Amino acid sequence: MIQDKKAHKFGMVIDLDKCTGCGSCMVSCMSENNVPFKEDESRKKDSITWMRVYKLTNGKSFPDTQVVYMPRPCQHCSGKGGHGHSPCVSVCPATATDYGYDTGIVSQIYTRCFGCRYCMGACPYHARYFNWWDPKWPEGMENYLSPNVSPRMRGVVEKCSFCYHRYQLAREKAYGEGRDGIEESEYQTACTTACPAGAIVFGDLNDPSHMVHQIVKPDPHPDPMNKYVVDKSRNPKVFRLLERLGTNTKIYYLSEREWVRKAGDNYLDGEWDKVKNHHGSSSHE
Amino acid sequence: MKVDRRSFLGLGLGAVAGVVVSPVGLKLTDDSSIWTQNWPWTPVPIDGEISYDSSVCNLCPGNCGISVRKIAGRPVKIEGLDGYPVNDGGACLHGIAGLQYLYDPSRVRTPLRKNGDIFEAISWDEAISFTAGKLADIRKSNAPQKLACITDKTQGSVPGLFKRFLTAFGSPNLYAMPSLESNLELTAQTLHGSGNTLGFDLENSDFVLSFGAGLIEGWGSPVNCFKANASRKERHAVLYQVEPRLSNTAATADKWIPVKPGTEADLALGICAVMIKNNLFDAANFKAGFAKFAAMVQIEYSLDKVAQTCGINPGEIEKIASLFAKAKMPVAVPGKGRGDSGQNLKEFAAVHTLNCLVGNLNKTGGVFIMAQNDYLSFPEAVMDNVAETGAGQEKMAGSVNDLVEKVNAADKPVVDALFVYNANPCYSLSAPKRVRQAFKKIPFVVSFSSFLDETAMEADVILPINTFLERMEDVPSQAGLAKNIIGMIRPVIKPVFDTKDPGDALILLSTALEGTIAESFGWESYAECLESVTGNNWSSLSEEGHVVISEGAPEGVPEVDFTFLATNPSTVQAQGEFELTLIPIDNMHLTGAALTVSPFALKTVSDRVLTGTDIVVEINPATAKGLKDCGDAILTTPVGEARVKVNFNEGIMPGVIGMVRGLGHTFDNKFVSNKGVNVNDLIGPVIESGSGLDAAFGIKAKISKA
Repeated sequence: MIQDKKAHKFGMVIDLDKCTGCGSCMVSCMSENNVPFKEDESRKKDSITWMRVYKLTNGKSFPDTQVVYMPRPCQHCSGKGGHGHSPCVSVCPATATDYGYDTGIVSQIYTRCFGCRYCMGACPYHARYFNWWDPKWPEGMENYLSPNVSPRMRGVVEKCSFCYHRYQLAREKAYGEGRDGIEESEYQTACTTACPAGAIVFGDLNDPSHMVHQIVKPDPHPDPMNKYVVDKSRNPKVFRLLERLGTNTKIYYLSEREWVRKAGDNYLDGEWDKVKNHHGSSSHE
Repeated sequence: MKVDRRSFLGLGLGAVAGVVVSPVGLKLTDDSSIWTQNWPWTPVPIDGEISYDSSVCNLCPGNCGISVRKIAGRPVKIEGLDGYPVNDGGACLHGIAGLQYLYDPSRVRTPLRKNGDIFEAISWDEAISFTAGKLADIRKSNAPQKLACITDKTQGSVPGLFKRFLTAFGSPNLYAMPSLESNLELTAQTLHGSGNTLGFDLENSDFVLSFGAGLIEGWGSPVNCFKANASRKERHAVLYQVEPRLSNTAATADKWIPVKPGTEADLALGICAVMIKNNLFDAANFKAGFAKFAAMVQIEYSLDKVAQTCGINPGEIEKIASLFAKAKMPVAVPGKGRGDSGQNLKEFAAVHTLNCLVGNLNKTGGVFIMAQNDYLSFPEAVMDNVAETGAGQEKMAGSVNDLVEKVNAADKPVVDALFVYNANPCYSLSAPKRVRQAFKKIPFVVSFSSFLDETAMEADVILPINTFLERMEDVPSQAGLAKNIIGMIRPVIKPVFDTKDPGDALILLSTALEGTIAESFGWESYAECLESVTGNNWSSLSEEGHVVISEGAPEGVPEVDFTFLATNPSTVQAQGEFELTLIPIDNMHLTGAALTVSPFALKTVSDRVLTGTDIVVEINPATAKGLKDCGDAILTTPVGEARVKVNFNEGIMPGVIGMVRGLGHTFDNKFVSNKGVNVNDLIGPVIESGSGLDAAFGIKAKISKA
């Protein structure tokens, strides 16, 4: 395993109590990353949205119903034990998707992808999208495309890159100014900066000075209940999606409401009560 | 030649060796892999230097500051502008998708004139001289008041120039589309006297009692409200949301109080009654009618009566009243949804009366009674005799709706020519069919529009105007913002098509009309006009991009006049006899009023709102007799009928059907049009007597399996 001691581990925490489901993050992502659109975008299975906002309800009837919105970018899994074997990376026969040990970002290289879609089958979060058609912009609209992200073509898979180009630009700028590293504010994803409610916090989970680290408080030890789970949050209000799969996602969610935290996984009857108070090994030491 | 076994094997082996050694196979594989890596049809965006321009977005009344990232001079991304006093870095999805409007397929690319049923492209010179000719004829007939104009708002220099044009021409008939701002101005006028508007200091309030205001669904200045809402938790502020449906605002609220649709005013007055009865009010500067009002609410809005009308528990009303009265900085917010259409003055006044009773006027965290903007100083318009006579006449209608009624009712044309600027009444007013009918009856309609929308389609001449990214304009804050800020829209790109600033189009038109009208528009260009009319503010506007006119609570306690409510004006009822009530839903992902949704924003709309070309209506499963979730249904109202799909939603009150506003456009744009139903097609206007507002908050409806 290649692991630089100074490696970053970029991640995100999304406050579901602040999220209003307004969709700014989705549109900001589309606009930042040259995501195309087509005539009918209501078939959500072929509608490309790197960031997608899901609606969850508590399932209760009127007037006790509650609703919460859950933005879902690529979860940038670090795989079992955090060794970089993300579900998608493990199955890609073309090395078109790879795990960056220096950043924790799961990449997607469009020109390598030949469209087998194994990764889409492997992703437990439906975060990957296939280009069934070539993108087409109405006449003149290509003029707003950004050169920082290459437009994709028919037959390849695409997904959220944590706005990797923004990281590259920030690094180039720092290099040009003779600085070693980049500041927290210099590299922020498009969804984070767009969120009018300030629900998304992005940064380096390895850097204790970053807000995301302070909120998540990732546990340095593996979960004693499941050795594949690392970086579990020690914040009792924070959870990850399908955490026990050991995918070790780097998107954390925050909610005061128990039913929302419970919605992060599928639990058998009575199971939730056993696990709900378990927040990382260190909290039990 | 005889092929024997030896030579056959020899040739065979030779061929195999040849194929293996030959580079052809490799070459072909290599070529095919290279070929599959070529996508000549995929655009390669041009790279270049990155720069940022700041401007202001005017897609909605929020007027947020924006930062436009440009690469080699090409705008590629819109983001919120950090430090801007309205939105401080935040942006909504419509603003972020703003670049799509620039290159929208339904943009009007050149002036158009209708010839029969089709539009033909003409030059600006032709368009101006043709329009000026038609207008000159109206003046010659000595009835200049028969030129009417519909704009989106009344404030700012562009609406000011339209007003000036009408005055110089000789017509008082300028109408603005219903908006939250116009409703707030009317409310302020009713309770505090004319010339005022209301600002809600949501970011400092510790108890927000919202009567259906979609604080995170586009009410007011949306991003400002988002931010105020998001900081609630840290500030330990509480939000109570009163409305029949679990909107996103209700979902994020600390308490959702479902009431029957259209009974918000009753609840507000019921709370007033409890506050007065329990002496939980602050009678500062109550001017007229308080005693009468106090007596009236005790009788007409007694606890049991209100509980019955609204469908809630009497104890709950008392509890809300006491929490509201005892909060440190409470504020009550009127305006269902975005607060623009389907509103009534009684409700606005009743809700604002809560603010007056609790004594939060002009206090931090309360409601600011702010003077309407008057930062512009236009020189007096030059008027000839024709103009003096025409402009001196009474306005022919009280509102856009009233104008439509008058035009439809008359046998002879009462309006000879109509200007429409930045408004889409043929889509956004209720029962738009009657609006289109009225437009057809008006002999000459000129649309100042960037897009070929429903209203532009009805025009005889379209003067294409620049979008907010291509033009200059001052935009005063409005719509309930508790600060008075003038923003400056600055062009970030040269016009993409043959379009002009609306102000420049008016200057050209007035020059062509000559005489006193031309004299009234003595500027070379709109830019020159803007510089001169903004006076002292110009340097800040042009350099910093905005001016903060006032911030923080205004001084003094304004007078409160209870006369209007003391007479207990009648409550508007939903039209029709059916059992259920259809209400429009304002959804942040969609737009109301003049703006059509962008393809990006439409992409974020749930498939439980729009699926294919079918609109999905919300209904509580308890009400949905014989219907299936996701099934087809026919929705019938006294005004129309529509085929819909059904979404079972436990978050909507039984007996209510919710249909989203902003779909069902009919103009030519395959990405955003001909999807779903325009809810306005199913709702007829219900005019509130006195205020003249179209107060149709919904309509009675029935739904059956299709």
